[in-house]
Amino acid sequence: MKYTQGKYILLEKKAIAKQIYDFTILCPDIAQAASEGQFVNILPEGHTLRRPISICGIDREAGTLRIVFMAKGEGTQKLADTPKGANLDIVGPLGHGFAMNEVSGKTIITGGGIGVPPLLPLAKHYGSRAVVILGFRSADAVILKKDFEATGAEVIICTDDGSYGVHGMVTKPLEEEIAEAGQVLSCGPMPMLKAISAVSEAKNVPCQVSLEERMGCGVGACLVCACRVKKNGEERFGHVCKDGPVFDSKEVMW
Amino acid sequence: MADLSVKVAGVEFKNPVIPASGVFGYGREYEEFYSLSRLGGISTKGTTGQMRTGNLAPRIAETPMGMLNSVGLQNPGIDRFISHELPNLMQKDTVIIANIAGSTPEECAEVAAKLDSTDVHMIELNISCPNVKQGGAAFGVTCEGASSVTRIVRNATKKPLIVKLSPNVTDIASIAKAVEAEGADSVSLINTLLGMRIDINTGRPVLRNNCGGMSGPAVFPIAVRMVWQVANAVSIPVIGMGGISSGRDAIEMMMAGASAVQVGAAIITDPFAPVKIIEEMNQFLDEKGIKSVREIIGSVKPW
Ligand SMILES: Cc1cc2nc3c(=O)[nH]c(=O)nc-3n(C[C@H](O)[C@H](O)[C@H](O)COP(=O)(O)OP(=O)(O)OC[C@H]3O[C@@H](n4cnc5c(N)ncnc54)[C@H](O)[C@@H]3O)c2cc1C
Ligand SMILES: Cc1cc2nc3c(=O)[nH]c(=O)nc-3n(C[C@H](O)[C@H](O)[C@H](O)COP(=O)(O)O)c2cc1C
Ligand code: FES
Repeated sequence: MKYTQGKYILLEKKAIAKQIYDFTILCPDIAQAASEGQFVNILPEGHTLRRPISICGIDREAGTLRIVFMAKGEGTQKLADTPKGANLDIVGPLGHGFAMNEVSGKTIITGGGIGVPPLLPLAKHYGSRAVVILGFRSADAVILKKDFEATGAEVIICTDDGSYGVHGMVTKPLEEEIAEAGQVLSCGPMPMLKAISAVSEAKNVPCQVSLEERMGCGVGACLVCACRVKKNGEERFGHVCKDGPVFDSKEVMW
Repeated sequence: MADLSVKVAGVEFKNPVIPASGVFGYGREYEEFYSLSRLGGISTKGTTGQMRTGNLAPRIAETPMGMLNSVGLQNPGIDRFISHELPNLMQKDTVIIANIAGSTPEECAEVAAKLDSTDVHMIELNISCPNVKQGGAAFGVTCEGASSVTRIVRNATKKPLIVKLSPNVTDIASIAKAVEAEGADSVSLINTLLGMRIDINTGRPVLRNNCGGMSGPAVFPIAVRMVWQVANAVSIPVIGMGGISSGRDAIEMMMAGASAVQVGAAIITDPFAPVKIIEEMNQFLDEKGIKSVREIIGSVKPW
C-alpha cells in the first residue's frame, strides 16, 4: 500500500512570519515513505476538500514531517488554528517529487513566496553543491533563511521592493549563476516558474518545476487537477497530483 | 454480522456500497489504500466513443458542505478502456459497472455495443452529465430525449442497463418512468446539480468552465427526496446517490427506496469512506437487530 490516511498528532507549531505557520507532525508511516517534492493532503475539520501542502522536512528517525504554510483562506486558517497536541487528518505522501539527479555543475534551487518550503529538503540533499536563490515580496515575508543557510548551500535572497538582499526577481541572480549550473530545481508562482524555465532552457540547463493546481482526491483518480503538458511532442492533460507536482519544465505548456 | 448482500437487476452485490463514477477512476489509486474486493461494486469513470481531454482547470471549487466539479468527461475512450482498464478491474472480485456517455445517442449505443462482448457486469448510461456542452444534458432533461437514448442503447446491449438520471429537471419521476418503459433494468440518481461560484475579488467564476456539477453532503436531502419519488414511480430497482458520507446516510437512502448506494464526493474527502460506510451500516443493522439490509429497502413509513 503506497498511500496512508490517518489522524496524526501536531507535535510543534510556530508562527514564523505574518500568517505563515511551521508545523511538525508525528506520522512515522508517511515520513518513512516520503521523498523530496512530495506533498500531503490535509483535511480542515468540517470541510469537503483537503488542502495540499508540500513536505518541507522529513525526519525518518523521529518519524516526523515538517510543513510550512500560509493561512490564506478559510481552510488553511482552520489548519493554522489547530492546537498543539491535537490531531490532523492527513493523506500522504502524494505526488511525483523532484528527481534528485547528480550533476557535474552546481544545482540551483530557486523559488519564491510560499513556494519556498519544499525546496528546503533539496538544499539539505545537495548542501555545498547547491546555490539557493529565494524571492520574497519584502523583508518581513522572508522565511526559512537560517534553515537554508544551515544546509551549507550558498543562499541568495531577493525582494521585490529591495527591503532585503538583492532588489528584484530571482531571475537576476539566476542569470549570473546559470553558466555554471548542472540543473535547476524550482517552486513558486507560475509567472516566476515560467521565467526560471526560460532562463534555464536558453542555456540548455535541465529544469524541474513544482506546479500548483486546485485538487480533489490528490491521488490521480478524480481528474480535477489537470494541467496541459507535452510529452514526446504530444499534447495532453497531465495531473498535478500524480504526474506532478514536479514536472520537467520542457513538458509544461505555459 | 448482518447480511449486507443485495441484488440489483439480477446482479449479486456482496454489499450495497459502490464508489460513484468519476471519483474512483478505474480503482488503481484506491487499491493503494485497501483491497477493492471489500466494495460492493465500482462504477468506472464515464467512457465515451473517443478519447476526451476534458475542460480547462480549475475544475473544482469548494462549497459549504460540498463541491463543484467541471472535469468534462475526460477519458481515454472505449477501446482503451476495454483493452487497458477492464481486464484489470474484472479480477478484483467486485461488481464492475461501466459508466458510459456520449454526445449523441448513436455514440452511447456504439460504446454499449463494444462493452456487450466484454465480461463487464453492468452498464450505467449517463444521460445527465451537465459538464459537456453538447453532452448528456441535451437528451437527459426531457422524457423524449431520455427515452430515445435509452431505446437505442437498450438495443445495442444485453448487459443489465442502469440509466443514470439528471436532477436538473422539473419532474424526475416522469423521466424515470420513461426510461423504464424503454427497457432500462435499473435507474441510478442523482448526478450532480448544476452550480456556480464566483471569486468576488477577481469577479471571475472559480471554475474555468464557469459552471459545474455540485455534489457532496449539501445535496443529500435533495437526493433522498428524488430517490423516494422515483422509487415510488417505477418498479425497477433504484441505485441512490448524492451526498452520502456515512453509514447512516446510506441506510437513510435505502429506506427512501434505494436497493444500493453510490458514494462520490465523500471519497474525495476521505479515501476510506466506502469501507467505513460498509462497517457503519453493518453496525447499525446489528444494533437494531435487523438481519438483512434488504429489509430496509423502501421501508420508510411516510406520513
Ligand atoms: C502540490 C501543492 C503543494 C502546496 N504546498 C504548499 C505549501 O507548502 N505551503 C503553502 O502555504 N501552500 C501550499 N500550497 C497551496 C495551498 O494548497 C493553498 O494555499 C490552499 O489550498 C488554500 O486553501 P485555503 O483554505 O486557504 O483557501 P480557500 O480559498 O478557502 O480554498 C478553496 C479551495 O481552493 C483550493 N486552493 C486555493 N488556492 C490554491 C492554490 N494556490 N493551490 C491549490 N489549491 C488552492 C483549496 O485547496 C480549496 O480546495 C500547495 C499547493 C499544491 C497544489
Ligand atoms: C469529480 C467528479 C467526477 C464525476 N464524473 C462523473 C462521470 O464521469 N460520470 C457520471 O455519471 N457521473 C460523474 N460524477 C457524478 C457522481 O458519480 C455522482 O453522481 C455525484 O457526484 C453525486 O454523488 P456525491 O454527492 O456522493 O458526489 C462525477 C462527480 C465528481 C465529484
Ligand atoms: S486531485 Fe484528483 S486527480 Fe488530481
